[in-house]
Amino acid sequence: MIQQIAFIIVLGAASYFIRKRILVIRANIKLGKPKEIKDRGADRMRNMLLVAFGQKKMFKRFIPAFLHFFIYIGFLIINLEVLEFIIDGMAGTHRIFAPYLGALYPFLMNLFEFLAVAVLVACAIMLIRRNIIRVKRFWSAEMTAWPRLDANLILITEIVLMTAILTMNATDQVLQTKMPEHYAATGKLFFSANLIPLFQNMDVVPLVIIERFAWWFHIIGILGFAIYVTYSKHLHIFLAFPNTYFANLEAKGHILNMPVVTNEVKSMLGLTDAAAPTGPPAEPGRFGAKDVNDLTWNNLLAAYSCTECGRCTSECPANLTGKKLSPRKIMMDTRDRMEEVGKSLSTGGAGLGDGKTLLNDYITKEEINACTSCNACVEACPVMINPLEIILELKRYVAMEESGSPASWNAMFQNIETNFAPWKFSPADRFNWANELKNK
Amino acid sequence: MSDVTFSVPTMAELAAKGESPEVLFWVGCAGSFDDRYKRVTKSFVKILHAVNIKFAVLGTEETCTGDPARRAGNEFLFQMQAMNNIQVLNGYGIKKVVTACPHCFNTIKNEYPELGGSYEVVHHSTFLQNLISEGKIKLKEGGSFKGRKITYHDSCYLGRANNVYEAPRAVLEALDADLVEMKRCRTTGLCCGAGGGQMFKEPEKGNKDINVARTEEALSTGAATIAVACPFCMTMMSDGVKNKEREADVQVKDLAELIAEAQGLS
Ligand code: SF4
Ligand code: SF4
Repeated sequence: MIQQIAFIIVLGAASYFIRKRILVIRANIKLGKPKEIKDRGADRMRNMLLVAFGQKKMFKRFIPAFLHFFIYIGFLIINLEVLEFIIDGMAGTHRIFAPYLGALYPFLMNLFEFLAVAVLVACAIMLIRRNIIRVKRFWSAEMTAWPRLDANLILITEIVLMTAILTMNATDQVLQTKMPEHYAATGKLFFSANLIPLFQNMDVVPLVIIERFAWWFHIIGILGFAIYVTYSKHLHIFLAFPNTYFANLEAKGHILNMPVVTNEVKSMLGLTDAAAPTGPPAEPGRFGAKDVNDLTWNNLLAAYSCTECGRCTSECPANLTGKKLSPRKIMMDTRDRMEEVGKSLSTGGAGLGDGKTLLNDYITKEEINACTSCNACVEACPVMINPLEIILELKRYVAMEESGSPASWNAMFQNIETNFAPWKFSPADRFNWANELKNK
Repeated sequence: MSDVTFSVPTMAELAAKGESPEVLFWVGCAGSFDDRYKRVTKSFVKILHAVNIKFAVLGTEETCTGDPARRAGNEFLFQMQAMNNIQVLNGYGIKKVVTACPHCFNTIKNEYPELGGSYEVVHHSTFLQNLISEGKIKLKEGGSFKGRKITYHDSCYLGRANNVYEAPRAVLEALDADLVEMKRCRTTGLCCGAGGGQMFKEPEKGNKDINVARTEEALSTGAATIAVACPFCMTMMSDGVKNKEREADVQVKDLAELIAEAQGLS
């Protein structure tokens, strides 16, 4: 009974904290500008199933994809077992599904154990890749102490949680022989049976304590993990789904139009639609983006979905040749700024008016000016994030609100304006090349 | 064929005669002004003549699509350019556009429609591929390209931006050349460094220029010809080859030049 009450309190507390974080994240994403994405539902669903659920883009790099796949499948399936944990915890039962599932139950237990071992091994290899082999993309400039610790913490937590499952099952199997009336028979489980010798000669009391401890450890671990995830790059385990659903479906070369500008240009050229509704023009707002609220909610959702895997940066031509630009940093900065503003707002602070902005305080002009708009980052991202969209919005702000583009770009603008070409040639000479095809 | 004249009809001339072309050849700024790249424009015109396609150009009525301005953030300038070009194109009732420049291709194809300009737009790589598969361009087997090692550098605005990966390769394969791929190719092709307005400014501080990095990758294939399908890639790769002091044995050529050469048109 005490265990049941304790469990319900723990579960309630965890739900409270998770709910609170979800609301904060939602509010932060809503700092972004509105953008309607309601078209092509079937294509969007397809992307979500293939890319998020099916991990399609991960498999461009086989080894990490393979390791990640086990963790992913393990996560999905082992969570079925958590369902049993929760029911047992609240009802004070033990392995409540066992009698109902009959022979299927030991099979499922074996499957879960197989996955637990696979997750354990995959996490261990990933820790080695990160910390001993030091794969380059995990050590670039933006991978400061916290992002590196974040990644390692999760890997270690998973290893510990999986060890808890195996310990629990091993002690359980010993108890099945000693107190069959309380412990439903699962038979020998392929993996955890190997741990039985460790516990075989123990008395019932310490065994029960170890079994209970492992059980509690596992479930508290999972709930703690769920709270922790909301502060971590591991949010992608949930947000990868909406992010791929709302991802761009147009050709990658297409840049989002700015209808505000279209209206102004049309009226400058005397092309205004007579049929267009008159009335006060919409508040034009800022051109481009200086801070997170100038980006769309879709950009902000992407920032929360970023896994910090660095595939984008490892393909970026600017980054590869030593420039400061890193598309991963663009996403991390956007998220960090969003969290900063959100935190300030929730404590009655100045929020966006805190004297800082995404541009300059987080992302510098030197970074955005180095982008070749090559789309390598967009292509590489396993969860369909588009760092280029944010870079472009920042460039738009610099060009249109500050006239702060590099001098040679301003000269290029000037040439286009006066000579209709980005170079300083006379427009009258544009067709001279054809003369070179004559009289030869 | 030394004294053959290739006429280049303009839309204004055709419209005055009440005629319309099968296709409008959008030359682009580099195609009109860049000394090296003008050779590509001329090669493409020769091919159009050789296959008897009724084409026209805008001549002095053509202006920058606005691509570099838009990518550098100047949306106003881009839209001014776009609207003006769309007015001209719509004024002539243009239906189909071919261009050798992937940036013009991308902008007219993907970005003009929402500003009122909808056309069928093809890149010259696809256009050439069609001419070859229709048998209009016949390439002799075992021609001068037989066994010549060629590597193809993907233009970002053709490849990742618009998923055109195979057409340029099909054109090169028709030359009977020995096509060798760089390690980064197709979806993972490395940019030449010129897109997004980079062509018009000095690179940011780093440890290498992107075009040199890409040229090194191209040279490591051992190819004697680096095939490109974009005016900016042409400049960047040519500069890269010069930087590596390999002008003597490595050429950078556009697809149209290679086809014209194989046809004895150059
Ligand atoms: S689009 Fe820009 S940020 Fe993305 S890979 Fe290319 S150069 Fe890097
Ligand atoms: S943007 Fe995508 S590719 Fe880049 S670090 Fe984030 S998840 Fe990885």
